[in-house]
Amino acid sequence: MPDLVNALLAAWQLVLSGDPTLVGIVSLSLSISLTAVVFATAFGLPLGAALAVLRFPGRNAAVVLVNALMGLPPVVAGLFVYLLLSRSGPLGGLSLLFTPTAMVIAQTVLVTPIVAGVARQALEDLWRDYGELYVLDGVGRVRTVGSLLWLGRFSVVTAVLAGVGRAAAEVGAILIVGGNIAGVTRTMTTAITLETSRGDLALALGLGMVLLALVLAINATAQLIRNTARSAAAI
Amino acid sequence: MRRWSRALAAGLFLLAGSSSAHAEEPFITVASTTSTEESGLFGYLLPAFKQATGIEVRVVAVGTGQALKIGERGDCDVVFVHDRPAELEFVAKGFGVDRHEVMYNDFVLVGPGADPAGVHGKGIVAAFRKIAETKAPFVARGDDSGTSKAELRLWKEAGIDPKASGGGWYRDTGSGMGPTLNTASAMDGYALTDRGTWLSFKNKQDLKILVEGDRRLFNQYGVMLVNPAKHPEVKQALGRKFIDWLVSTAGQQAIADYKINGEQLFFPDAESRHSGA
Repeated sequence: MPDLVNALLAAWQLVLSGDPTLVGIVSLSLSISLTAVVFATAFGLPLGAALAVLRFPGRNAAVVLVNALMGLPPVVAGLFVYLLLSRSGPLGGLSLLFTPTAMVIAQTVLVTPIVAGVARQALEDLWRDYGELYVLDGVGRVRTVGSLLWLGRFSVVTAVLAGVGRAAAEVGAILIVGGNIAGVTRTMTTAITLETSRGDLALALGLGMVLLALVLAINATAQLIRNTARSAAAI
Repeated sequence: MRRWSRALAAGLFLLAGSSSAHAEEPFITVASTTSTEESGLFGYLLPAFKQATGIEVRVVAVGTGQALKIGERGDCDVVFVHDRPAELEFVAKGFGVDRHEVMYNDFVLVGPGADPAGVHGKGIVAAFRKIAETKAPFVARGDDSGTSKAELRLWKEAGIDPKASGGGWYRDTGSGMGPTLNTASAMDGYALTDRGTWLSFKNKQDLKILVEGDRRLFNQYGVMLVNPAKHPEVKQALGRKFIDWLVSTAGQQAIADYKINGEQLFFPDAESRHSGA
């Protein structure tokens, strides 16, 4: 019990102190994860929509693949990106390893299937209900997809939030491609890992609580937007 | 949705800002061991180096085995580790040049205060035999790190193959020094650790140092440049500056000055024991 109390105290002191190192770590975490989610949304939504609406040979296999990749272990994604970006790898010339950009790439690889998978499920249901109307009206496929995305915008927000959660929580991928370099690639989760290995469990858990508070804040904001939008739509 | 996209755009902007701010300073990437990072040595040493030269050092702290691998692939400029045989092999294979010995510390055997295997004050090899005889839990790194390799050499010297001996007392965690100590303190097990990590480790619970001072527990650190002939992207001028500073009087003094609770963690020994590539 005293450990848990100490962790709460550590979290509280961390927030109160406004420690510039902590502020740097928090803003790096947020910018990496949110940037990755932007890219993952840009790739994942069209992919999910295409899988929901289009019928093509190998579609079932593609759906299974996307669903399977939703459970891709972060370490594996990290290792894959590491080998790509390593100086001995195919993209070594870019010198991106151990930079925030590498971390964004790794998280994009992780999050894209989640956004695509959740969006596909939501849009496929809508397509089943309304698809014939679009076909009867002679609406083109691209416009149909756009319209379905708008109809299912609340589910789309859920898909994006699932992505944010995954990106903010994972440590395996960014630890490998970022290297947990102090002041450069150290984020909330990699700092928690480091403090755990230094045996400073209270500080590690304290950092974890700060992270949890941030994720809560993001979700609360999304919920607020959703409610506002819903009541606006009702009027 | 618009508010969302604005927030996300702000995130992108932040990221772009933080990476460009770093791009202006010269920096090198050093692959090193968890012991140098977790003991706090780098936190003390690197600001001093930066003040002297203006060069930022970015440390990727992993086990010695992985650090050498990062060097082999050309993903860092300098490797700073502690496994002499592996380092010499690294240089012999042409992956590294300009190797220098920098400092040493020592390993200690820690275990529960009650000392069920009765190893206190013994030599390290005798202590290892005692642990195996009594099948007291021993928590091992098992991660190809310098500490792991040193531990395995000691078992060999004791004439014991712990992995083959059975009985579940030898627990191979495949993790870094800190996590291994966390496991040892949770299960009242014995563990071999470098003194630096031990001194700065905060979750000791009932663990104490039981064996120390045996000459076999000597732990030498070496630094080397990743071979620019193999990897032309290596920042050799900046990397050499770092190596030269570490073995210089100023660097050696800085290493000696680093203390936790008044106790010196690393002992500089560059000048007395040069060992070229």
